[in-house]
Amino acid sequence: MSKFAYYPGCTLEQLAQEYDESARLVGKFLGLEFTELPDWSCCGATPSHHKNYLLSLALAARNLILTEEQGLDLVAPCPACSNRFKTAHHDLISDFDLLKKLRQKFDLNYRGEIGIFSLLEVISNLPFDLIREKIVRPLDRLRVVPYYGCFLVRPPEVTQFDDPENPTSLDNLMELIGAQVVPSEYKTECCGGVLGITNNQVISKLSGDILETAQKAGAQAIVVACPLCHQNLDLKQDVARSGRNLKPMPVFYFTQLMGLAFGINPKDLGIPKHTVNPMRLTNSLIGVRS
Amino acid sequence: MRIGLFVCHCGNNIASTVDVKKVVQAGLKLPYVVFATDVDYVCSAPSQKNIEEAIQEKNLNRVVIAACSPHVHEETFRRVLKRAGLNPYLLQVANIREQCSWIHDNVIFATIKAIDLVKMAVAKVSHHEPLVAPKVGVEKRALVIGGGIAGIQAALDIAEGNIPVTLVEREPTIGGAMAKLDKAFPTLDCAACILTPKMAEVNQHENIELMVYSEIEDVKGYVGNFEVKIRKKASYVDYEKCVGCGICEQKCPSKASSKFNLGRGDGKAIYISFPQAVPKVATISPKHCIYFQRQKCRVCEKLCPADAVDFKMQDEIVTERFGAIVTATGYSLFDYSQYGEYGGGRYPDVMSGLQYERFLSPTGPSKGEIKRPSDGKKPETIVFVACVGSRDEAKGRPYCSAVCCMYTAKQAILTKEHLPESQIYVFYIDIRATGKLYEEFVRRAQEEYGVQYVRGRVSKIYTDNGKLKVRGADTLLGEPVEVDADLVVLATGFGASKGASTLAKKLGISHDSYGFFTESHPKLKPVETNTRGVFLAGACQSPKDIPATVAQASGVASKVLGALSKDQIETSPLVAAVDARRCIGCFQCLGVCPYKAIEEVALNNGAKIAEIIPTLCQGCGLCVATCNPGVISLNGFTDNQLISEVEAIVKG
Amino acid sequence: MSRGNLEPEKEPVKNGTPPKIIAFLCNWCSYVGADMAGTTRLKQPEGVEVILVPCTGRMDPLFPMKALVEGAEGVLVSGCHPGECHHQDGNLYARRRLEVLKGFLPFMGFEEERFSYTWISASEGKKWQQVVTKFTERIKSLNGKKD
Repeated sequence: MSKFAYYPGCTLEQLAQEYDESARLVGKFLGLEFTELPDWSCCGATPSHHKNYLLSLALAARNLILTEEQGLDLVAPCPACSNRFKTAHHDLISDFDLLKKLRQKFDLNYRGEIGIFSLLEVISNLPFDLIREKIVRPLDRLRVVPYYGCFLVRPPEVTQFDDPENPTSLDNLMELIGAQVVPSEYKTECCGGVLGITNNQVISKLSGDILETAQKAGAQAIVVACPLCHQNLDLKQDVARSGRNLKPMPVFYFTQLMGLAFGINPKDLGIPKHTVNPMRLTNSLIGVRS
Repeated sequence: MRIGLFVCHCGNNIASTVDVKKVVQAGLKLPYVVFATDVDYVCSAPSQKNIEEAIQEKNLNRVVIAACSPHVHEETFRRVLKRAGLNPYLLQVANIREQCSWIHDNVIFATIKAIDLVKMAVAKVSHHEPLVAPKVGVEKRALVIGGGIAGIQAALDIAEGNIPVTLVEREPTIGGAMAKLDKAFPTLDCAACILTPKMAEVNQHENIELMVYSEIEDVKGYVGNFEVKIRKKASYVDYEKCVGCGICEQKCPSKASSKFNLGRGDGKAIYISFPQAVPKVATISPKHCIYFQRQKCRVCEKLCPADAVDFKMQDEIVTERFGAIVTATGYSLFDYSQYGEYGGGRYPDVMSGLQYERFLSPTGPSKGEIKRPSDGKKPETIVFVACVGSRDEAKGRPYCSAVCCMYTAKQAILTKEHLPESQIYVFYIDIRATGKLYEEFVRRAQEEYGVQYVRGRVSKIYTDNGKLKVRGADTLLGEPVEVDADLVVLATGFGASKGASTLAKKLGISHDSYGFFTESHPKLKPVETNTRGVFLAGACQSPKDIPATVAQASGVASKVLGALSKDQIETSPLVAAVDARRCIGCFQCLGVCPYKAIEEVALNNGAKIAEIIPTLCQGCGLCVATCNPGVISLNGFTDNQLISEVEAIVKG
Repeated sequence: MSRGNLEPEKEPVKNGTPPKIIAFLCNWCSYVGADMAGTTRLKQPEGVEVILVPCTGRMDPLFPMKALVEGAEGVLVSGCHPGECHHQDGNLYARRRLEVLKGFLPFMGFEEERFSYTWISASEGKKWQQVVTKFTERIKSLNGKKD
């Protein structure tokens, strides 16, 4: 299945534009057809299910129904969105009463017939040979820590993807593009998530721990698959590093690193947009003198 | 057809909700009912006598008793009929208590329902025929499957009752899990020291035949007459000749991991399980043996002073007959690699309780010296985590494994004795210390030995700079807690023994969703199964400690001796039979019978039809429902009998 | 719906009469579970009347069909949980046969919902109470739709 309805969500239009750019480019390279879901609306993310359970289902279901009408499966690069969609789908198809309520209160008729994937899931499920043949410059001088965050692999009965305690899909992708994966005990530890937006103490402790252990293990960079993780680890890296003796460490989206390996220009992948300057490391990877 | 109806008051139990007199009145209006009365307590001795008299005086030839569940008193009432000279199967019980008076409030509707239930019983019993229970002989020999402490105790007690016992054990030695223990709680006796005299006794007892390295291949038959095929596996060492000197193991050049030490510690392809093994003989594991894998070596054969090595050995199957079978197959431990949050089995310094026990034992991989497997250093901080794979819905093990609180306390105490300077933490949820001197034992660990008990679960174990980090909660202080540990012991829970469900199928017994064998009644029949003649003892039924296991094993022995004390026993006549005149020989029935009770027989003209062996048949009726021409009928549950119950309800 | 000729003085109110439901329970698990509901005094609607079978494997599709055709308002069958049949796999055969029977009922003019099969172990008295109560409600609402 190589045709997908593509759900950018709010972050990919704003804070995580480089994730969107690199995702679409890499998708094209790999023969995946991403068509942006017409008339998509907010997925509900974390605030919605705190306020009103049924509303949170409705917000997600609206997009799922639009996808159903397209006759496609849904891919959402942002794990918060993909997790929300998977949760709504899981809850709805296991409770007919909920489906009925959704129909009665919101006039939303969900049949539950689509597949819902995170972007990491779609790409890591491709045959490796397909990816391998696109590689023109393996990133064999890169020591990287793959960081998954929490939404991609938990809760396992909802996400149904990889191992909830020790996932390896991103590790495998990185090894495939030639990088040296630095193992980390913190690969699924929380980065601070949405709390990081307002609470620096949280970032300082949680994201700081992730950076520190990565650096101590000898990594040059961290690779993520989530805009919120990227924000906490990159945009707010000065907060994360505060009080610790750490060097600045670039944080990449996995699609950007894959794009580099495919020979795509760093500018087209949005790499210069990062807060912590990644250009020195990037140039060394692509063999350009800084 | 002269049916007598007896409706029980059961004191207030029935009479307060069901208008018993109305039921009697309605009963008298039913076809063939010539006598009906209400009785205060039908099961009481005087009432039973009254029923016997009524049967004889009124010349009754069918009886309906409307009372409690047939599961309670059907047998009692059958004996009443027998004493009155009536065939005991001309009885039908209507359940107007558990399934009527006790579950309803509305007297009008409950009475209508009770009358319906009586109508059903009357209709059904009018189709009953007299049945005769077949009598069979009894083979006075017992089979005990499993040579752990449960099997050993059961075998000894049965043998003392002058019944020959065959004890079959699938490992090369008896002793089971108990032989792996260093010390046993709460006495802290050396487990091997208290076990080995019993093991030696089993080996020497004139009434016990010991078959080690053997497994049950197939079981046929029924109580009193089991025919069992036993596979004696090829050990490639003649156990009759081997003297257990151990030279072969010493000189064997192969490398294997020690099975007895549960994968921790090295072993050889040819091995004697442990120094006190009974029998003390060597066994070759072909998958580790250089000769079997690469056709080289054969050093053991050259060096053996008793010329006992025989690479040409084959499995041998023997067939034996037994009157009773005891399954004492023990348990297996929860695989802690399922806890991804505890490292998923990737950390060498995180191990199970039994693996740690092997480290504590002087016969273990480190000769009783506690060392970290990763670097061989002495651990300074050791953390014990309770309830790993027990009391955990998420891992599919909601039950408590009964012994882990105690063995954790034991191991904590023993660790302190080995390493007095060490810091020990135990993360627990509750402390289950229910046996004699158990609570005092746990207190000793805390007060005398200074073991720190932290009430809370461990959420994650990970490594940081070579140290193990144990992250958990202290719920009494209300704080998260993180301990830097050198060694972590997970108190893994009990599960069913490997191969338990396959054995259960062979024996025709059931097991629960965890694989533990099902007892006949959890309170009143804890050592019997619902398959007559097959008994159980020990952890194969449910997790339990050694005192409870030994008690249950002795209990099972008494049941076996009782069952084998008779020369003849009766089997149930509620079995199926094929109408030979109408069988077309399609043998669909043969294919579905769970008890292999149906066989092909040839008629005089060479045609083959199906025949059911009444003593093997357990009366499930699957063949009846499967038979397309409908030529099989089940005594006590024929199509006419069941349909008559349906029609009695809806046609009135 | 005629109930036969047994009512003397007190004629029960029509809309209070519980619907007549026949339940076939297996001897080893579900019958014991239903008994257990009794010993724990779990109240249930009065319409369900139990016929004991040695195993759900004994269930001929004829029995529920005859029940419905002759006037039963609902039929329940219950046995041991699949995988835990006292007679090894009797209930697995039952499951297949009863599922096929369920599909046939509309052809015979009966709503599929008038027949239900379930798995109840000897310790699940509470579950039996819930099954009986829910099923009775369902039959009542089906009857309501008919009138």
